[in-house]
Amino acid sequence: MSTFASTAPLASRWTRAWSGRRRWPLVSAIGAAIAAVLVLLPLVFLVVEAQQSGWGEVRHLLLRHSVAVLLWNTVRLALACTALCAVLGVAGAWCVERTMLPARHLWAVALVLPLGVPDFVVGFGWVSIDPALHGYLAAVMIMTLSLYPLVYLPVAASLARIDAGLEEAARSLGLGPWQTFWRVTLRQVRPAVLGGCLLVTLALLAEYGAFEIVQYRTFTVEIFTEFKLGFDAAAACSLSLVLVVLSIAALGGELALGGRGRGWRAGSGTRRSAPRVALGRWSAPVLAGLAAVAGLALGVPVGSLVYWMARGSSTTLPSASILGALAHTAEFSAAAAAIATALAVPVSALAIRHRNRVTVLIERLAYLPMALPGLVIALGLVAFSVRYAFALYQSSLELIVAYAILFLPLAVVGVRSAMAQAPAQLEEVGRSLGYRPTTVWRRVTLPLIAPGLGAAFALVFISAATELTATLLLHPTGVNTLATQFWAYTSELSYGAAAPYAALMVGISAVPAYLLSRRMSTLAQSERTR
Amino acid sequence: MSAVKRPFLIAFLASAALLALTACGSSSHAGATLTLYNGQHEQTTAALVAAFEKHTGITVNVRTGDEAELADEIMQEGSSSPADVFYTENTPVLEELREKGLLAPVSPSTLAAVPSRYDSVQGDWVGVSARVSVLVYNTSQISSSQLPSSILELSEPKWKGKVGFAPSETDFQPLITTIIKFDGLATAERWLKGLQANSKLYPDNETVVAQVNNGESAVGLINHYYWFRLRAELGAGAMHSALHYYAAGDPGDLIDVSGAAVLSSSSHQADAQKLLAFLVSREGQEAISHSHSYEYPLRPGVAPAPGLRPFAQLKPVPMTPAELGNGHQALALEQKLGLL
Repeated sequence: MSTFASTAPLASRWTRAWSGRRRWPLVSAIGAAIAAVLVLLPLVFLVVEAQQSGWGEVRHLLLRHSVAVLLWNTVRLALACTALCAVLGVAGAWCVERTMLPARHLWAVALVLPLGVPDFVVGFGWVSIDPALHGYLAAVMIMTLSLYPLVYLPVAASLARIDAGLEEAARSLGLGPWQTFWRVTLRQVRPAVLGGCLLVTLALLAEYGAFEIVQYRTFTVEIFTEFKLGFDAAAACSLSLVLVVLSIAALGGELALGGRGRGWRAGSGTRRSAPRVALGRWSAPVLAGLAAVAGLALGVPVGSLVYWMARGSSTTLPSASILGALAHTAEFSAAAAAIATALAVPVSALAIRHRNRVTVLIERLAYLPMALPGLVIALGLVAFSVRYAFALYQSSLELIVAYAILFLPLAVVGVRSAMAQAPAQLEEVGRSLGYRPTTVWRRVTLPLIAPGLGAAFALVFISAATELTATLLLHPTGVNTLATQFWAYTSELSYGAAAPYAALMVGISAVPAYLLSRRMSTLAQSERTR
Repeated sequence: MSAVKRPFLIAFLASAALLALTACGSSSHAGATLTLYNGQHEQTTAALVAAFEKHTGITVNVRTGDEAELADEIMQEGSSSPADVFYTENTPVLEELREKGLLAPVSPSTLAAVPSRYDSVQGDWVGVSARVSVLVYNTSQISSSQLPSSILELSEPKWKGKVGFAPSETDFQPLITTIIKFDGLATAERWLKGLQANSKLYPDNETVVAQVNNGESAVGLINHYYWFRLRAELGAGAMHSALHYYAAGDPGDLIDVSGAAVLSSSSHQADAQKLLAFLVSREGQEAISHSHSYEYPLRPGVAPAPGLRPFAQLKPVPMTPAELGNGHQALALEQKLGLL
């Protein structure tokens, strides 16, 4: 463990931060420590597992010629998809938040909903429509359509809160509308765009289901193959180390590009929302464009589900379990969302209010699990619990914790943006009035970040409700979720019987997705009328 | 604003309460209970378990998953494995566990219920059901006179662009292993290269059979039951494909076996052996025939599902599941050619 030596400066910084005059609130520190331990746990066991095959074997695996192909496939997909998601997400958010788009509340919901469609359902839908669909372009299209909401959501939230002053100043200094957009508006939302892009990149690294269906081979697909055919967990874990490196690169890239910048405001007065742009003759093309995105992202998978349900099913499997599967899915996802949100609060609070190397490191760490396939995180947890916590093994609690670890980044993104926008001065005012820290937290901070908590909860809930690969490995014996049942039926070719399970997954994800978009638009409105 | 955040607050509190409930609520069953790790298609297992529970009064907790994932769990769990019985779609995964010493010997009377060539040589797992490797072809693109008598012909240039197969499926490596055994490693590699050049690759056999039926590929390498299942799902009227059996003894004409084993770590050895015995009993084997899984029961005298070519009429290559081993050589070859 020679890495200990290099963490020594961090450790001293930790103690300095702890004993320094800006003392961390104890609860936050404990919470962040729990989050860090949970995130590191599967990663440590990943390395332990990889080591079991011996470093010689690891080197052999990693230096195969097909690894270069996999690397190239993974990187070019991540670049193209992230760029496209950025364009689609920003354009969509701008149209909904900054133009007089007809029926924009409807669009606000429709553009978020694709998040609630599980990846394997998206892939399944596309391949049902066009069986010839496979390879790079298919992968880029399918993933862009299912991941762009991760950019859309933060950017829309950020656009809704932009201060009109800066844009007006830019216009008064002679910039045209396009130049104002490029040089002022876009720069203001840059942290949101980059944060969204980071999530897209990490999600792409971990994606399996859709790529398996369209036959596009990335590292994660290879990890699954190695594991399923070679029965080789060690090989799968060694290959995952490459994903860790790639995700660290993505995390560093986002930092380097200034993803942690802050918004500026003109003057110190109350924030004023920027006026909406009349679309005029652009109305028709913009509406057509949005309809195309929503239609492709949502219409194709949902349409194919409806088609399969209408065809009827021919399965002989007992079908009584659908309500049970629904209840389990909702229960596990909600519990995971609660834990992840609760953990994201201290992580974000420390990274923003007590920014130093340790707190930023913890916040960055929290993103790592998202880049790893659920299978790998699950393997790490299995290895851990079998050896050290057998009571937890195959318990609902372990599955819930796995979800919380896997989707912690989504919660951090939600909480972090709210925390960054909540003025620290208000908390200071509270303290100066003699309130105890807990009272300040309850009466000032919590109401300020409540929308962020809601967003975090919804994002984690949606992702957990559609998770398959970790669920298959960790679920309690005899307990099924919607995703595992869908999987069981499709592997029987019983698409008619599988479709209702997928439809329910989309259905229960639509609720938080809807609330998420409503929250944002109401928030924007309340600010506008303030 | 408070009106907006309330649903989330409620959801948050409700899920915290749920979490507390989840953490404390784990029920236990009274009476004899077995835990079955099931890598076999759920459909087949559900029918078998229901019959077994009715027959013996022993409750079976079924954990269904991908067989490789379940095998990994068993390896990780070691002596504390909750699993009593492991039932798989393929035998290589059982061989892997046998080599690691994790399986208990199967009782001789259970082994004797099916032909011994479908059992583990060491007697550590028993063959339960079987399926045969075939060629599915699109009937409007290929006439029966064009069909190959050997799987080896599919690497010839005349099949360019016509073949579909799933290189990552567990049913595919046994074909490579068989060709290696009968024709040598060099031939197997040449064949695989030619096949790769001629083929579209699909993620799984379900897709292969569906794409051949759609006309996306003219022929496809599958096990027979995928075609029957697709027909059951779509109806006979929507089938634009048919099955072709390779010539007698051809390496393509391979029997794949689904097997079951008792874990040596099981603390319910007697009941676990009962479950294994039931799987190969007349009643269990008939449950397989009637489950619409379209697999061949291995016990002599039990008829398969109607419509299947009788098992006795199959003239497979003489290759036993035990000879297939754990299939690592086939995997290495696929990896060398970039198929995996």
